[in-house]
Amino acid sequence: MADLEELYREIILDHYRNPRNRGELEPPATRTEGFNPLCGDEIVLSLLVEADRIVDVKIAGSGCSISQSSGSLMSAAIKGKTVEEARALIGTFKQMLSLGDNDEVASDAEPAPINLRSLGELAALQGVAKFPVRIKCATLSWNTLAQGLDESGN
Amino acid sequence: MEAVSDLNVAAVREDFPILQQTPRGVRMVYLDSGASALPPHGVVEAMSTYQETTHANVHRGVYATAERATFLYEKARLDVGTFVSASHPADEIVFTKNCTEAFNLLAQSWGEANLGEGDVVVLSEMEHHANIVPWQQLQARKGFTIKFLGITEDRTLDLSNLDELLDGAKLLSITATSNVLGTINPIKELSARAHAAGALIAVDGAQAVPHETVDVTDLNLDFLAFSPHKVYGPTGIGVLYAKREHLADMPPFLGGGGMIKDVRLDGFLPADGPQRFEAGTPPIAEAVGLSAALAYVSSLGLDAISAHHRRLTSYALAAIEEQLAGKVTVQGPVDSPQRAGVLSLTVDGVHAHDIAQVLDTYGVCVRPGHHCAKPLMRRLGVNATARASFGIYNDVDDIDTMIEALHATIKMFA
Ligand SMILES: Cc1ncc(COP(=O)(O)O)c(C=O)c1O
Repeated sequence: MADLEELYREIILDHYRNPRNRGELEPPATRTEGFNPLCGDEIVLSLLVEADRIVDVKIAGSGCSISQSSGSLMSAAIKGKTVEEARALIGTFKQMLSLGDNDEVASDAEPAPINLRSLGELAALQGVAKFPVRIKCATLSWNTLAQGLDESGN
Repeated sequence: MEAVSDLNVAAVREDFPILQQTPRGVRMVYLDSGASALPPHGVVEAMSTYQETTHANVHRGVYATAERATFLYEKARLDVGTFVSASHPADEIVFTKNCTEAFNLLAQSWGEANLGEGDVVVLSEMEHHANIVPWQQLQARKGFTIKFLGITEDRTLDLSNLDELLDGAKLLSITATSNVLGTINPIKELSARAHAAGALIAVDGAQAVPHETVDVTDLNLDFLAFSPHKVYGPTGIGVLYAKREHLADMPPFLGGGGMIKDVRLDGFLPADGPQRFEAGTPPIAEAVGLSAALAYVSSLGLDAISAHHRRLTSYALAAIEEQLAGKVTVQGPVDSPQRAGVLSLTVDGVHAHDIAQVLDTYGVCVRPGHHCAKPLMRRLGVNATARASFGIYNDVDDIDTMIEALHATIKMFA
């Protein structure tokens, strides 16, 4: 039961119930879709990048509390950040879940020390690491972000 | 706790050592038999005894052990044929890898030979992907039409336009029981009406065979597919029943050893009967396990098993109605005797994955997701459900635990 409370931290439930930056943006913002076929999670990420900075972001879609709160938390974290900072955050976030850069499977390697403080509220998703099946839910919006940044030519 | 059926569940539970496992530190409440039923000790033992005393390849060696392995493998075929009341049990059962492969065999062999432009295959909106995608794959090559029987508001099959859909159809391929809704379809009537329209009928028995007697002769089925691992048998083996006259005309499926009469440098002659469709070394130990599973199920009696599932289902439906009305929705017919032991649940504002996660901490194993029935999920307007499905080892304690865990889920996400 302790694990469950770690998984469903209050911040996560709050972002699930009241998602931030909800919606879609008009062009010239880019629109990227992400799917998690396992549980049918869907994310639509709209990104407006100007001069290497994410000036606006919106998230639409539906899915479980982990995928949706992760998207909401991510949108709040990357808004106003440079593309480079956002890319670095993707790396740190995956590291927190004991994932390599492109790797969907938790590695056995001793995780490199990460600065949890640099993750702010995102650290609330740490508990997901104990639930291997749900890691894909937590990383869906982040993989969609990486794809979106590539597609927007950044 | 009141006794729920003629099945002696306490005694049955003794046969399933896996139920003693406590992966979450509490009693394991296994409510996922619709995905795969647990194997009783006797099945595991039959397979390991075979592996330790009799293992050899079949249909080849002349030495005693090989002969015995062949005997056991062919006995399994006979046992399956007898179990589903085939008229020619030794000649009408083909072993595949699973139920899904059985449908692929049917589409690529019978479908390849019999379907072309202008032809019609009728499916339903409540099919598992196993009975949709193989037809769509073939359709892309052969250009026939696929039509779908709809479902009604009470989540049963919409038969109002059946004759219209069957008009000119070559095949009705339909599930006997929905793996999402629990709806039991009127197969005997469907079979009669398909034949009256000049069509054949193929039935997906994956959920029905573990739940009730399926008599292919009485139902007059042309084809029946099912998965032994849902009937308390092993994974790795599937079953396609086909009437002998159809098998005789069907071209081979996979090619290789075992499925031929002769091979020359310029061609081959396929074997007769079921062997024609069994290329390569078949799942021998699994066939032995399947024999043991069917013997076990028969010893309990399918009538007692159906009655047991029905009582558990009514108990669960009543508890949900009494304690969780307005919060938990059951996706499927609610008060129908035509219902198998499958309950698909949705909770407003809570995703199925989250329901299943909370239930897991109570030891309750249910399945979240689309259950390989995405067209049906779209029709229901949900993207996922949490599905509880009952087996012979479940009792009302299991359901009480599930209900308690559902309360906790709602509390957590409210
Ligand atoms: C109705 C139905 N059809 C087909 C299948 C496919 O069975 P298998 O995955 O064993 O091939 C299943 C189970 O997953 C099912 O419930």
